[in-house]
Amino acid sequence: MSFTSGIFLLFLAVLLLLYYLVPGRHQWKLLLAGSYVFYAFAGWSAVCYLLATTLTTWLAAVRVGKKYEDQERWLSEHKASATRDERKAHKAAVKASARRWMLFGILFNFGLLAVVKYTDFVLGNVNGLLGLFSGPQAPLPHFLLPMGISFYIFQSMGYLLDVYRAKYPPEKSLGKTALFVSFFPQLIQGPISRFDALAPSLLSPHKWDGGAVALGLQRVLWGYFKKMVVADRLMAVVNTLSGSPEEYQGLYVLLLMVIYAATLYADFTGGIDITIGVAQTLGVEVAENFQRPFFSKNTAEYWRRWHITMGTWFRDYIFYPASVSKPMMKLTQWCRAKYGLGLAKRASVYLVTMLTWFVTGIWHGASWNFVVWGLLNGVIILVSQELTPLYKRFHERFPALQPTFGYRLFQVGRTFLLMSAVRVLDCYRDVPVTFRAVGSIFTDFDPSILWNGSLLTLGASGSDWAVALCGIAIMIAVSLLSRAESLRAQLSRRSLALRWVLFGALFLAIVIFGAYGVGYDANQFIYNQF
Amino acid sequence: MHTRKKAVLTGIAALLILAVLLLLLQELFRPKYGYGNIPEGTLIADYYDEAGEAGGHDVIFIGDCEVYENFSPITLWEEYGITSYIRGSAQQLIWQSYYLLEDTLRYEKPDVVVFNVLSMQYGTPQSEAYNRLNLDGMRLSVSKIKAVLASMTEEESLVSYLFPLLRYHDRWSELTVRDFTGMFETQSLSHNGFLMRADVKAAENVPTGRPLPSYAFADTCWEYLEAMRALCEREGVELILIKAPSLYPYWYEQWDEQIQAYAEEKGLRYLNFLEMTDTIGIDFSTDTYDGGLHLNLSGAEKLSDWFGAYLAEELGLSDRRGESDTAAVWAEKAARYHAMEADQLRELEEYGYLKSYGAKAPQ
Repeated sequence: MSFTSGIFLLFLAVLLLLYYLVPGRHQWKLLLAGSYVFYAFAGWSAVCYLLATTLTTWLAAVRVGKKYEDQERWLSEHKASATRDERKAHKAAVKASARRWMLFGILFNFGLLAVVKYTDFVLGNVNGLLGLFSGPQAPLPHFLLPMGISFYIFQSMGYLLDVYRAKYPPEKSLGKTALFVSFFPQLIQGPISRFDALAPSLLSPHKWDGGAVALGLQRVLWGYFKKMVVADRLMAVVNTLSGSPEEYQGLYVLLLMVIYAATLYADFTGGIDITIGVAQTLGVEVAENFQRPFFSKNTAEYWRRWHITMGTWFRDYIFYPASVSKPMMKLTQWCRAKYGLGLAKRASVYLVTMLTWFVTGIWHGASWNFVVWGLLNGVIILVSQELTPLYKRFHERFPALQPTFGYRLFQVGRTFLLMSAVRVLDCYRDVPVTFRAVGSIFTDFDPSILWNGSLLTLGASGSDWAVALCGIAIMIAVSLLSRAESLRAQLSRRSLALRWVLFGALFLAIVIFGAYGVGYDANQFIYNQF
Repeated sequence: MHTRKKAVLTGIAALLILAVLLLLLQELFRPKYGYGNIPEGTLIADYYDEAGEAGGHDVIFIGDCEVYENFSPITLWEEYGITSYIRGSAQQLIWQSYYLLEDTLRYEKPDVVVFNVLSMQYGTPQSEAYNRLNLDGMRLSVSKIKAVLASMTEEESLVSYLFPLLRYHDRWSELTVRDFTGMFETQSLSHNGFLMRADVKAAENVPTGRPLPSYAFADTCWEYLEAMRALCEREGVELILIKAPSLYPYWYEQWDEQIQAYAEEKGLRYLNFLEMTDTIGIDFSTDTYDGGLHLNLSGAEKLSDWFGAYLAEELGLSDRRGESDTAAVWAEKAARYHAMEADQLRELEEYGYLKSYGAKAPQ
């Protein structure tokens, strides 16, 4: 059930009505039922995957929690009698037992994800290698990737790891765990929520709050505007430009970078706005996933502001644990002994950074494009880190430059272009094609395409371009106005009539200028496929 | 409390204004059919203006272009005093015909329903464009919803028929003055559902039908034909099946045999006018405007003249020209009809083609 379908709007209307009619203690049950109805539209096999993740996550988390509870009880019972060594030995035994349950959950779920998402990729590469030696070819199973599986498995495993780390006790109710895993607004494209952040509002009763519902609906509208007016209109151009890389070279590639950046941003943040807005109408607080990322002045900042919940997931569950893992510690010690402190400090950071970005890349998709995309991001961040002293010296020499608007604009533009250049790997069919295309910007630059009518042959008419560019201008304006506080929050202090006029106009803009209905391809949200 | 009341009132007022704006936009974006722009587009909606006209209609024609181009209700009136209406539309599929008949019978009960069987060849939804021409004009009713559900192609949705703005929203970039001036008026060219074309394009080299893998009509078509028959029987209306005298699309002998057998089995009258062109006096060198696909005014009048006699003699439909109210209404219709005929002849004289009536300029 796509957020942009009529059936979703009907589903949401009925759910909202029932949600505020049923007694508060039953609201979470209704949400759970609604989430499964929502997901069942993706097919019964997809529901089976969701159930498998839910059951294994619940079982593993409850068992881990039980171990810790038993440990607490044992410790309190043996507070006086047990020696320090005995307590230590008991804790170690409990930790090992908890680890087994945690590993069961992790291996089952990531194994499941690996099988359905990466089998074709791995076998395809193996076949490629064997093909070089005329070896046999394995058939590709072509598993159907259940909708949103990467998101809900990552969210569930984050929860399991938090329970294992004793950050909070597990949720004992299977139903409540199931709702945390399957909460429908964020099921298919995130944000990847943390249990301790989501559960309090998700599982508690809510009374009708007209103001909150209105704010939620306003955000939903804004999401639809971005998705249907901007992203879906520009997607045709992205498909045309990326579909024929041999034909569209040079400035077209630069155009693709910029257009795809706008399209992906409008599509993904539009989807997240709908998610957060829908959750808000239900009284549920979902984590923000973006903080005006295209205003970032460097790549590290960009990644702190783009797909935030994914970035923090990789940071907390891959980067940090890997950094302090035994092999990394050993590597650091070995490097220090052999090459000195400077390299020792860098070696593990470099390795873990590249590992994290490799996993980030492969999470996005089972193809070399995404692997290279991830690794390139890692390299850019490390290079930028290495160049920091150089920048520092530069700014010390030219102190007047840094605070100027022009320089900040340069930094923002540079970061945007760099990230857009890397992101274009999403678009093309393989890595060599991407590099050739990007290379052609410097060899085949023909600015006349901007005014000779070529832009009107890319799947968008003049009116399409006008609508999309106006949409982008509005998005930029809203971003600029939302620096300190969201525009909706600012507007909530203005007159009711003004709000109705503005959001009424937004609604009409979606109805009229939205790219939907006959003659338009119903575009899935881009991040649904990850 | 006061603030809350104010907020609720503001909300209600805003929603009302929004609803009015949406309705206005819907009217603005709705395609304006009529002179020079797909005159077929108004046919279905035209009916509701005349559904309750004096004494109702003796005969209702149901079907595709082979009825709305080939029969002239004015001729039936002028020659035999028979009142009739054509609920025809472009490529009207059989389920659309059925639901249009259901819709029509809510407004009146004719003596005879005439159904053209060409649409028996289509067992599945065909085209969104034709669906729109045929269904947008239907008034909202259960019959309309059923017709839409039966007709939708994969890309269509019911909600866009209930709120056509969702279908036509992207016309914002092609709006013309006509879209604004025509917001609340319909420019109808039809005469009780008949679309007049006075020009001539002789039938030459009409292709014969290519062999088909199967000549059996789809089960769906039989089901709707049977439903139509049962509906007429329930309502006490005589159903006549016809095949209009259009040379193309090709009407296969095998198809004809199936319809004949069905009509015989159910005790229905079936007239295949293709086999009666000589009797009727249709000359395809002068009586068609598009090489034999449709009759022109001359052909339609000849066919209507023959059929009027048949209706009067075989079915005993009475001459109503003596009913003063009915006669007054039909006199107006006839005057408009003859004025359009004169205008078409003038255009043919002046431009060589029917410039204002959807014809293309000769190359």
